[in-house]
Amino acid sequence: MSDLAAPRVTGRTHGLWVAQGAAILILAVLGGVVIGETPLPLATVAAVFANNIWDAGLIVDPIDAGIIWSYRLPRTLLAAACGAGLALSGVVLQALVRNALADPYLLGVSAGAGAGAVAVTILGVGGGLLGISGGAFVGATLAFAVVAMLARAAGGGSAQLVLAGIAGSQLFNALTSFLIAKSANAEQARGIMFWLLGNLSGVRWLDVVLAAPVTAVGFLICLWFARAMDAFSFGVSSAASLGIAVRRVQIMLIGAVTLMTATMVSLVGSIGFVGLVIPHAMRFVVGPRHARLVPASALAGAVFLIVADIASRMLIPGQVVPIGVVTALVGAPGFALILVRNRRWS
Amino acid sequence: MRLEAKSLGWAAGSRPIVEEVSLEVAPGETLGLIGPNGSGKSTLLRLLAGLLTRRTGTVLLEGAPLTTLSRRDIAQKIAVVEQIAETSEALLVRDVVELGRTPWLSALAPFGAQDRAIVTDALEAVGMAQMAGHRWATLSGGERQRVQIARALAQRPRILILDEPTNHLDIHHQLSLLRLVANLPVTVVMALHDLNQAMGCDRLAVMDGGRMVACGPPDEVLSTARLASIFRVQATRLRDPADNATVFRFLCHEV
Repeated sequence: MSDLAAPRVTGRTHGLWVAQGAAILILAVLGGVVIGETPLPLATVAAVFANNIWDAGLIVDPIDAGIIWSYRLPRTLLAAACGAGLALSGVVLQALVRNALADPYLLGVSAGAGAGAVAVTILGVGGGLLGISGGAFVGATLAFAVVAMLARAAGGGSAQLVLAGIAGSQLFNALTSFLIAKSANAEQARGIMFWLLGNLSGVRWLDVVLAAPVTAVGFLICLWFARAMDAFSFGVSSAASLGIAVRRVQIMLIGAVTLMTATMVSLVGSIGFVGLVIPHAMRFVVGPRHARLVPASALAGAVFLIVADIASRMLIPGQVVPIGVVTALVGAPGFALILVRNRRWS
Repeated sequence: MRLEAKSLGWAAGSRPIVEEVSLEVAPGETLGLIGPNGSGKSTLLRLLAGLLTRRTGTVLLEGAPLTTLSRRDIAQKIAVVEQIAETSEALLVRDVVELGRTPWLSALAPFGAQDRAIVTDALEAVGMAQMAGHRWATLSGGERQRVQIARALAQRPRILILDEPTNHLDIHHQLSLLRLVANLPVTVVMALHDLNQAMGCDRLAVMDGGRMVACGPPDEVLSTARLASIFRVQATRLRDPADNATVFRFLCHEV
């Protein structure tokens, strides 16, 4: 009666899934480039792509070309990389800490990354793009360590972890505010506050070049450990008895999450709810097994953030709403839905 | 496969839970672990499976210390079924049993037709094949126990470690599970509560206060004097006229 079980992924259907996923992603990216305050026809977009990729030498309005190639495309690609990275972070944290509410935002990792980035910006440690990312990474690692130790000291339960995460978030957010109040001038403060809310304005190709490889590496690590994450379903001890080198897997995966979250926060500020809501939504669609949940969440996260970015540009004409506000507007009701669903299960 | 423990110990903080336990389980043998609540049975089983850190003493698997083996090597040889198994993931019964193949799979050796057949066999062995597509969350305690045992069987271990496997099971499934375990060509170490069921093991080890106080054939180990001192019950040995087997009747004098 094995046919009762979920359909198996064979080589051919596997290829089909990958092709479908790629098609959806390309469509979303195209949407992100075409849609905006100045709608641009697909033909223009195609011409600009041809010019930049194959040096086709087609005649395009240089302003249109600038909007497409230097403004909307990097912005859309960065949104995709961030969305995928944040969704993957959520998948990993939910699997490892076995808590439906785990995501980098709730566990204080984002807050830590923000504090680290702000510390570097204001105190000028290192400086430059890599300096800010490095600061965010140190902050994110520190925050996760603090939260994990606090949860452990409090008894190590699932509820304790969420509470520790809230405490950690508050602490690091307060640290950020303190740094801003102490050292930043009004101009800096405004800029940082806006950036912390999540912001894709002023994205350059350099940002994409930094974020895309980080997400790609994170994705591969998650995919590599998909089976290991499945093995955590019944807890750490069960994973160990199934042959998982628990400590090594935890370090690799948490490292990947910290790296992804830190990179994203340093580039676009902290964008909440993507890591929380996307993995749960994808569990409905593809089930709880990570071999499918990981690629599905990465794709959905990327598409979600591209759409959220389009919305953030279009909601108020002539003004950009911080993307974190958009994701929270969608994410908070989604979060509520998860809570209600969980209650029905338990 | 031979499993040996040499002066094994473990403490929760400063409170010793298991102390100085040495035992040897021969290949193919079924060793029953009995003892009152809190006597250290579960901890000893977890120590034997190498699942606890900060232990004292050594566990040898076919002569090799567990500490020299990778988790993956150990999991290919030892499968563990713990008393409590809970998940919040919406896994299907078949998904749970497939977890048992984890130590045999890698990126280069993905889940294949042979693994599928092993999983189906394991489901059939515990009588859960017809429920393969059900959700874990909808199962009863006994069904979950049988699925976990199927998961352990799917690991194709040489040694099976079971912590009170008959808990939650109705009497039919208790007996069929014990028969299944007895017929497996593997070494079995299991904690048991029911002393009459423990009589079916090749040898019994008795735990009391974290120490192993006796180990040997069931008939010798389960003397009325020992049952009185350790389990605090008065036992009467009876003979079943049907097959001449020994059965215990227990009476409790204290409150």
